[in-house]
Amino acid sequence: MITLNSVSKQYSSTVSIGPVSLEIPTGGITALVGPNGAGKSTMLTMVGRLLGIDQGSIEVSGYDVSKTNSKDLAKIVSILRQENHFVTRLTVRQLVGFGRYPHSKGRLTQADEEIISRSIDFLDLGELEARYLDELSGGQRQRAYVAMVLAQDTDTVLLDEPLNNLDMKHSVVMMQHLQRAARELNRTIVIVLHDINFAGHYADYICAMKQGKVVHFGTPAQIMQDEILSEVFETPVNVVPGPNGPLAVYY
Amino acid sequence: MTSTTLPARIKSKVLTGKLALGILAVLVLLAFSLFTGVYDIFGKDDGAMMFAVTRIPRTIALVLAGAAMAMSGLVMQLLTQNRFVEPTTTGTTEWAGLGLLTMLVFFPTATLLAKMSVAIAFAFIGTMIFFLFLQRVSLKASLTVPIVGIMLGSVVGAFSTFFALSTDKLQSMGIWLAGSFTSVIRGQYEVLWIVAIVAVAIYIVADRFTVAGLGEEIATNVGLNYRQVMLLGTALIAVATGVVTVVIGNLPFLGLIVPNIVSMVRGDDLRSNLPWVCLLGIAITTICDLVGRTIIMPFEVPVSLILGVLGAVVFIFLLLRQRKVG
Repeated sequence: MITLNSVSKQYSSTVSIGPVSLEIPTGGITALVGPNGAGKSTMLTMVGRLLGIDQGSIEVSGYDVSKTNSKDLAKIVSILRQENHFVTRLTVRQLVGFGRYPHSKGRLTQADEEIISRSIDFLDLGELEARYLDELSGGQRQRAYVAMVLAQDTDTVLLDEPLNNLDMKHSVVMMQHLQRAARELNRTIVIVLHDINFAGHYADYICAMKQGKVVHFGTPAQIMQDEILSEVFETPVNVVPGPNGPLAVYY
Repeated sequence: MTSTTLPARIKSKVLTGKLALGILAVLVLLAFSLFTGVYDIFGKDDGAMMFAVTRIPRTIALVLAGAAMAMSGLVMQLLTQNRFVEPTTTGTTEWAGLGLLTMLVFFPTATLLAKMSVAIAFAFIGTMIFFLFLQRVSLKASLTVPIVGIMLGSVVGAFSTFFALSTDKLQSMGIWLAGSFTSVIRGQYEVLWIVAIVAVAIYIVADRFTVAGLGEEIATNVGLNYRQVMLLGTALIAVATGVVTVVIGNLPFLGLIVPNIVSMVRGDDLRSNLPWVCLLGIAITTICDLVGRTIIMPFEVPVSLILGVLGAVVFIFLLLRQRKVG
């Protein structure tokens, strides 16, 4: 469980977050949605202790993020930000291996190697594991990074726009992988999504943010409503029944 | 997925047949270095003495300096996430030179160790300034970083030149800083062994540098204290560069060529790459020194000149390759 107690942060002169109080339940996928500049990524980054907070407190699995040792936190919560420009020439397997760093400090044991293999197989990277990251497509690389945070074996996994730069097919595959990770590996996954329909279909909970505050939190059925989405995204949205559940139409 | 397939999937052995071959090749080169020179070590009566006083120290210096500069380049490239940086493209060498000059001017009688310590301190401060500047402006574009570094180095170098000129030290500074193994003799090079300690330290913390190379956020995510690793890396680079600059002089581009070639072939895993980076660093330094010693025999060309020519060519090649890749 992730608990935010009146968290606030002045990010820049124009962007400020909070005060936000929120409880994200254990298990399942929680999607953070909202317009640009709503503070979704900033909030995720704060939960993942990559960014400090000004006021309030954040607890992940009962550990206060700003007071717990970063080394210990690395075994409780993992966070993956959007891909950076520099691509290290590591093989997929070496990269995923560094997900074990909090546990092994670089000296991989047999048990570590098994977890690495499982993580690689889980994301269908078995055939690519000996390839260098700079030889992969953007989607494959994204999957390798996700495999790395899964190998970290933390109960909570935070992902900042993992569908960025992915085409339709790879986005769907990625969400299916994450859904399986949440269900089969019992992870609590918090994910920033741009496409409300991905959130509506794959997430167990949706957290809608606007201007640095959480405006709605609930199941997809509760959030996928004309008035709520129109208000959050500041544009007319119609929710229509689709073949696999409700779809937001906003074109 | 079963664990029976595991051994086949794990390839992280450091000692391999290829590495043994590499070591053998470098040993042959070093043997050449031992037996190349104007003085006839077999015919003359004091040949054995000359061998011990000049040839052995020179060869050991080649090994230590070559490995140290190549490793410094590698660590620096990981820390800055940029393929084009190394101590001579970030101003580190120029700062070490300024430190040395400061000692030559104000404390000319100071011991070599004292001169070196000041050079190391200057190299550390200068490299930190460069890193802090990079963080401030968040210039991650691959080419801007070395350009800024070279500019910074030029400013420091120009200041040193002016300082040396006005204190009448220009000539002696030039001699100190031109990378050359000519003056390496017994009793004057032993401090170079310090870089062997640096090499061991880098090997021990290799994984931290590789993780830091994945970026601050990923490093923090796996529980690494990023700033601490940056400081440690900078300190190790400063020690290696400071020692080599004072004892040997500039060895331009070595830290650039070697890690890039190794990375192209073997990727960026620092721990398994380190032996290769050391070997290649030693090999290139030795070859350049051998060329410098033989082309205008009985005189010598400073090794920095040969390295500069070779390095510039490789640097341009890397730039063109980078543009092709995109």
